[in-house]
Amino acid sequence: MQVELQSISKRFGKIQANDKISLTLKAGRIYGILGENGAGKSTLMKILSGYQAADGGRILLDGALVHFRSPSDALAAGVGMLYQEPLDLPPFTVVENYLLGQPGGVRLPARRAARELEKLGAAYGFKVQPDEYIRGLSLGERQQLELLRLLSGGAQVLILDEPTTGISAKQKEILFGSMRRLAEKEGKTLILVSHKLDEVQELCNQAFVLRKGKLVGGAKVPCPNSKLVKLMFEELPPRRLRARSKTGTSVLELKNAVVRSPRLDLQPVKLTVGAGEVFGLAGLEGNGQELLLKACAGLHPLAAGRRLLSGADMTHLGYHASIARGIRYIAAGRLEEGLVAGLTLTEHMALVTEEPVFFVDWGSNRKRMAERIKRYQVVGTPDSLVEELSGGNQQRFLFGLLPDTLKLILMEHPTRGLDLRSTDWIWQQLNQRRKEGTAIIFISADLDEIVERSDRIAVFSGGRMSRIVEAAKTNVDELGHLIGGRQ
Amino acid sequence: MNGGAWLKRAWILVPIAAALVLTTLLLYAFGTSPEVAFRAIWDGVVGTPTGLVDFFTRPQGSTLKAIAFWIPLFLSSAGLLITFRAGLWNIGIEGQFILGALGATWIALSVQLPAPLQIPLEILAAMAGGALWAGLAALLKRWGVHEIFGGLALNNLAIILTNYLIAGPWQPPEGGSFRGTVPFRDEALLPLVGSTRFSLVALVLAAGAFTLVVLALQNSAWGLRLKALGRNPRSAFLLGVSSNREALLAMLFCGALAGMGGAVRVLSWFDSLRQSISGGIGYLALMVVILAAFRLAWTPIVSLFFAAVLSGSIVLQLRTQLHSSLGDILTGVMVLFVLLFGDLGRLRGLFRRKAKDDV
Repeated sequence: MQVELQSISKRFGKIQANDKISLTLKAGRIYGILGENGAGKSTLMKILSGYQAADGGRILLDGALVHFRSPSDALAAGVGMLYQEPLDLPPFTVVENYLLGQPGGVRLPARRAARELEKLGAAYGFKVQPDEYIRGLSLGERQQLELLRLLSGGAQVLILDEPTTGISAKQKEILFGSMRRLAEKEGKTLILVSHKLDEVQELCNQAFVLRKGKLVGGAKVPCPNSKLVKLMFEELPPRRLRARSKTGTSVLELKNAVVRSPRLDLQPVKLTVGAGEVFGLAGLEGNGQELLLKACAGLHPLAAGRRLLSGADMTHLGYHASIARGIRYIAAGRLEEGLVAGLTLTEHMALVTEEPVFFVDWGSNRKRMAERIKRYQVVGTPDSLVEELSGGNQQRFLFGLLPDTLKLILMEHPTRGLDLRSTDWIWQQLNQRRKEGTAIIFISADLDEIVERSDRIAVFSGGRMSRIVEAAKTNVDELGHLIGGRQ
Repeated sequence: MNGGAWLKRAWILVPIAAALVLTTLLLYAFGTSPEVAFRAIWDGVVGTPTGLVDFFTRPQGSTLKAIAFWIPLFLSSAGLLITFRAGLWNIGIEGQFILGALGATWIALSVQLPAPLQIPLEILAAMAGGALWAGLAALLKRWGVHEIFGGLALNNLAIILTNYLIAGPWQPPEGGSFRGTVPFRDEALLPLVGSTRFSLVALVLAAGAFTLVVLALQNSAWGLRLKALGRNPRSAFLLGVSSNREALLAMLFCGALAGMGGAVRVLSWFDSLRQSISGGIGYLALMVVILAAFRLAWTPIVSLFFAAVLSGSIVLQLRTQLHSSLGDILTGVMVLFVLLFGDLGRLRGLFRRKAKDDV
């Protein structure tokens, strides 16, 4: 089935998620849709799969104009989407879950459906056990079932949203095999939404790259990774060659640290960050840098290895113990992780006050807050509720809450969503801190920011940390290779 | 304040009026004059005072009776203000109330001291009992059992424990009727005003407890931590608040106040431990605090209103053929309506979204 998207637009509040995107996708081919988080990939795919409506533009299937009001509408027309989290019901058995999506009467034709399902599965190389409970299956197996459900529903166009996150290498092989089969033998149109360059290179015939809601280009793949990286991140800016600041004694040291999560296991990490150093963690979102940052903060336990702060072992200390030793973690979602909506600025100030008191001295806290508001140029008053501040001011306020001396600041996306002025201001603050000897480790999805602000950089790909590169000496080709998972 | 803000504030009266209208319609449906019914409730609360003495001492349907009923309810509600502030759904308050009654009974039956020592000891035991039950719920929460489920289970256990004690160890010597223990000695009971069930000591306790709650929530660093925890546990944690510790403390505090309420119930409303000693006061307190929108100042007023309607309904039953549960219906419908459309902001949001979906 040929899919034509004609100048699709979608706006969420201030953000233009899709800006007049036009694409033509032919039957029998596999397409990769690439882009950073927030580039508009998911929005576009949700529009194509009937999950949400576009503000403007048209969708044509085999030349005929279609309007989808729901995902089942879209599936009836032949478009099915496999979501990152399968839309299944864990307490059901495999066959019950399958039947749920089928039109049916009072009596459930369970036995017939079970046979059907097994036959269908065998055709695609999936092993299906109809009486297993969904909750006992791995993510990969659940994905396979979802695919079967879509196929039996008549899908001619299949959209797979980050299908390889959290599944085993073996399952990935099976999945890719069946995807190739679906395209080549059955003439279906396949769309792979992915962060992972290597997967797109391996599987797809053609890749399209979105950036900030716009289609910025495409390429026949395989092609050099750096070509795709350039499209995804624009060119690196000309860097003023700044001398790397002198790095002091070791502040944070990870010795073969192993971090595990249900989604991703990190390969053992060896890392030393010194006083006054800015260390950038790059990579496409979800490749392990977030886990490592949390592990550094004591927010995520180490499965093996050790964590040292200024030489002292703190492998088993949690976040609150880490705070007491001069570490702070600043998350990206300011109102979700960091500030408490419903509390005033002064209340936040009183909350982080370190001296133990029984009764809060509101007067002195208000005075202290007023002073910090001035120093950190926050637009607000001591009695403003924190959610009334703009994003940039919330970030400034978070800095205003930090104590005067710190050993280590761990920061997720320091300037995401901020304007130029606020971005500049944040880095002024961080650079001031580093001069005072604070070590800074940060994550950013913005390669420019990583290269421009860091002393050294490590890149994450599929849970593996790359060799450490000097920011002053790297280039887009090198980073592109590392982001694609090559050493 | 502009008109919009006033409308938002005053909007709360709309669901309350709607609840009155619905109850009125119900009365018509049952063939009773609403005027007679509401008059009966009113008289049940304030009495028909023919003189000041009469006003204070009328045993049935007096103001003091409503207040005597109100005190344990108010104590429990005050405790819930603490747990709700921390974002905890302390459904187990009913069991904590009962354990308080058990604690007070245990001292009343086993210790013989002069009143000035006996009564504080009873109240302390009651607070410890309530706190124990609340602490168990908090412990269960730490092990992954949500406080709602843990609380419900503990509520049932508290009732079973009461029945066991009444039928077993605390059985009256003349043989158990499964109804209750023997009446306590006079020194073990709170001193009452006249022939009412109202005790000044209980009122002073309630006032003291509420002052403590207000101080804790408005001025203490602990209250601030609870507020942060209730609004956003993740951010609170990152700002250094220990959720486990603060949640446990909040539960203990609430349990102690509910326990105190249980003591007042056995030591002044009754004179002994009875079956179903609480009669659902804990659950009622949950409704009170929800109707008061978790606000400090509204809680005494709303709980007083509940106590008045419920104790007034007794007179209603005497005077009309209607069952006294009319009071329960009125309060229940009120809470339901307030939850449904008491928040104008939320309501507007809902309609806006609906209008958008329809396009």
